[in-house]
This record gives sequence, C-alpha cells and structure tokens, in this order.
Amino acid sequence: MIRVDGLSYRIGEQHILSDISLDLPRGGISALVGPNGAGKSTLLSLIARLIPIQTGRITVDDLVVGQCASDILARKLAILPQSDDIAPRLTVRELIGFGRFPHHKGRPGVDDRRKVDAAIEAFDLEPLQHRPLDTLSGGQRQRSLIAMAFAQDTDYLLLDEPLNNLDIAASRSLMARLRDLAEVNNRSIVVVLHDLNFACGYADFLVALTAGRIGAMGPPSTVVTSQMVAKVFGTKAPVIRVGDRPLVQV
Amino acid sequence: MAERRLIPTAGLLLVAAVLYMTLGAGGNWGFVLPFRGAKLVALLLVGVAISTSTVLFQTITRNRILTPSIMGFDALYVLLLTGVVYGFGGQAYLDLPPQVLFLFNVVLLVGASLLLFGTLLGRAQGDLMRLILTGIIFGTLFSSVTGFFQRLIDPNEFAIVQVSSYARFTRIETDLLAIASLLVAGCLIVAWRLRHQLDVLALGPKAAVNLGVDPRRGQLVVLTLIAVLVSVSTALVGPVVFLGLLVVSLAHLVTPSAHHAVILPAAAMISAIVLVAGQTIMERVLSLATPLSVVVDFVGGLVFLGLLLKGLRR
Repeated sequence: MIRVDGLSYRIGEQHILSDISLDLPRGGISALVGPNGAGKSTLLSLIARLIPIQTGRITVDDLVVGQCASDILARKLAILPQSDDIAPRLTVRELIGFGRFPHHKGRPGVDDRRKVDAAIEAFDLEPLQHRPLDTLSGGQRQRSLIAMAFAQDTDYLLLDEPLNNLDIAASRSLMARLRDLAEVNNRSIVVVLHDLNFACGYADFLVALTAGRIGAMGPPSTVVTSQMVAKVFGTKAPVIRVGDRPLVQV
Repeated sequence: MAERRLIPTAGLLLVAAVLYMTLGAGGNWGFVLPFRGAKLVALLLVGVAISTSTVLFQTITRNRILTPSIMGFDALYVLLLTGVVYGFGGQAYLDLPPQVLFLFNVVLLVGASLLLFGTLLGRAQGDLMRLILTGIIFGTLFSSVTGFFQRLIDPNEFAIVQVSSYARFTRIETDLLAIASLLVAGCLIVAWRLRHQLDVLALGPKAAVNLGVDPRRGQLVVLTLIAVLVSVSTALVGPVVFLGLLVVSLAHLVTPSAHHAVILPAAAMISAIVLVAGQTIMERVLSLATPLSVVVDFVGGLVFLGLLLKGLRR
C-alpha cells in the first residue's frame, strides 16, 4: 500500500498540493485524474522521489520515501516519467536492460537476461528489439519504456500520462496491458490519466484531484457521477452507465 | 561488436607511440629515449585527460556537442592562474615549487567549477541552447577578464602566464609529469568504478532516480573529475579547444556503444593516437611548419559546426 499522509507542496507562494492524505491500495490499477494543474503529476513525482517532499510523509509498504536508500526503493517502485526524450540512440533491448540496473548494479547475470527476454516477449517487442529508440513510433516507444519498467520487476509501477500522444488503438492496447500486469503479474499500478473515460474503463480505484485537494476518491463505479464531474472538472457533462462502468459523455 | 574494435585501436596507438619514439632518432638513445619518453607520457596524459573529461561532461549534460573546453573550463583555469600571479606577484609565485602551484590551481578550479557549473547544470538541465549560450559567454568572459589582468600585471609576470595561455605540444611542462600522472590515474580509477552509474546518468535525471542513482551527487562527482582532468591537460599543454569534441565524436563513430566501459577507453585511445601520431607527423615530416593544436582546432572546429548544424536541423 502507498500511504500519503498530510502531504503539501508549494512552489514559491503557489500551493500545488494542500494537505493530501490518501491510501492507494495494493494490487489493481489506481488512477489519478483531475483538471490541468490539479497536482496529479506532482503527487506522482513526490511518491517516486523525483522531487523532494516538503511537508508530509509518504510510505510505500514499509519504506519511507526520502529516507530509505534510493536503490532499495528502486527495487520496490518504478516510475515512467511523462514523455521523456530518453537516450534516443539506445536500442529497445538496451533500454529494457537498464530496467535491471537496480538489481545487478551494472553486472547483469543469467536471471537478468531472462527477465529482459520475458519483458520483450510480454510486450511483443521481438521484431523491434534491435532498433534504436528514435526510429520507433510514439506508441512503440511508450511500449518499450513500460517494458523497461516491467523488467525492473517492482511491486509498484507509476505512470505519468502514458496515453499522451497515443491514438485510440494504442491507448486501448496499452491500458489492456496494464490491466494484464495488474491481474496476471500482480503489480500495483498508479497511473495519471487525462481522460476520465479511460480511468472509468480500466481503473479499480480512482482519486480525483482539484486545485491541490482531493475532490473524490473510491471505485469509479460509485465515484464518477455528473455532480462529481461538475465539482472536480468544473463542467456539466452527463454520466451514463454501460454495464457497471460509468461513461462520461463529451 | 563495438568492444572488439578496441583491440585494433590499441594496436594503432602502440604503432604511433613506437614511431614517435624511434623515427629520426639519430642513434643517441641515451638522450633520445628519456627526452622523448617524457614528452610521450605527457601527450598520453593530455589525450586521456581531455577525452575522459569530454565523455564525462557529455554524459551529465546529455549532449554530444558541448565539451568542457567549449564551456570555458580551460579559460577558467587560465583566468585563475592569471589571478593568482596578479595577486601574489610573479616572483613570489615563481619561488614556490611548480607542483605546489599546480595543486593550488587544481583546488581553485575544482571549487570554481563546482560553484559555476554545478548551479548552471542544476538549472539548465536539458536546455541545450541555454548551455551552449552560457558556455560561449563564459568562455569569452573568462578570456576577456584574463586579458584585462594581463594588461595590469608587470611584463615579466606576464611571461609566466603567457606560457599557460596558448596550446603547445612541443614545449611541455615535464616537471609536472609525476603529479599529473597521479591525478589522472586517480580520476580514471574513479571514472571506471562509476562506469555503470554513468550509463544510467546518461538516461537523464528522472530515469536515473527511478533506477536508484542520485543524479545530483553524480553531477558533482563528475564535475570534480572534469575540473581535475582539465587542470592537468591545461597545465601541461595549455588550452586545446576542440580536441575533446573531435576525438569523442570519432569514438562514437568507431565504437558506437551506450556503455562507458567501451566509450571511455575508446575515446582515450583515439585521443592519444591523434596527439601522438599528429605530433610525430608535425615534428618529423612537416618539421614543425604548423603547431599541432592549430590543425586539431581547425578539424575539431569543423566537426563542431557540423554537429551544431545537424543538431539544429533535427
């Protein structure tokens, strides 16, 4: 479980997050949603120690973020940062190999090679594995980055807007893979999503942030209503139900 | 693959070194071997120092266009040296043993570069254009201030500074060889031990944090190494602006690899080959018609322009 307790963050006089306390459950997909500038990415970056915590406390299982050694946390939690121009000359295989770094510290063994092979296979990257990253499409690159995080073999996987710049087919297939990771490989996934409908369609748990505070929290089927959309996003959109999942009409 | 090309590269370096030692020796080995040996060691040290500092700098700034010399590290060294001569006066300066002076300059440069470049890298991370502009402004600023100091000081004292202000491969400060070798060896050991972490740092600060490597700490360690290496090469032969860029670009062509375990030795050997073979040709074939630094800076400058234009078009 990721536990956030009394977390505040500000840049200068600007309050980005104000006294956030929440528990993200172990297992399944948790989605962070909210309007632009609500603090979703900041919250994710704080959990992943990409930026230092100012006030409050975050624990991942029994590890205290910011206090435990960075390389220990790297074996517990992986983050896929927002669209990064990560080493364009690396091949897909080399990139995924870096996911094993927290485990082998530069000296890959047989087990590491097997895990890289498994990641390549799980994400259908065999035909691309020797291509440099800058020759791939956005969707393929995103898939390679997630495969790297998969190879890192952590209990928790954090993704910051992985659907950016992806078309609907790539987006759906990516979310389906994340579901797979959660259900088959028993990973806990926390994902920042821009599109509320993707959160409704794929997440088990939803946290809606608005102006640095929690607007709503719980399973999407109970949380997502037109009142909630109005409160959090400030727009009146009807919410209908398809099966047991809510769907926001746009 | 790429690492296999290290062996022919090493062979080429050996040939260049043997030619440098023996060509046109004229038989008086008792004089020639120690005389040329010292210069050969100096050339090797300079080559390795420049290539390693360039690879390290390009890793932490994540680009292949900028080098410590383009960012003004050498110019800063000459500025500090001038400042010290101006502050102490030339005679007091000359009375100190050269090794002490050198170490004093090394410490100054490490401090100054951590202060200047440490803050700059923290802020301009990922902003290549800002880094290039800052580097060019730094370089010009440092040499202008140096020029200003040099006008203020006594002509005799100026002579002391002048020796360090221009690149020269024919008159090398060989009395610093022992201490320079120690410093370079120390830096190489540290860099080699960090080689896997450097691979990770090259992915960018966020990816590094994700993989459990502290980017800020890495930057500071690497900046310190760079400052020491630049001090060594500048103290021995003066500032050579484009050598690092030239040899590291060559190394990326010869041994295309994401691993510092390959690129560090490749760049070091190519750099040594360029210096040793270049100096052999200049001394023995062209009989010193042109200084090697002029040729290196000319070719390296063309490579810099090429990379810059290619980078801008992308």
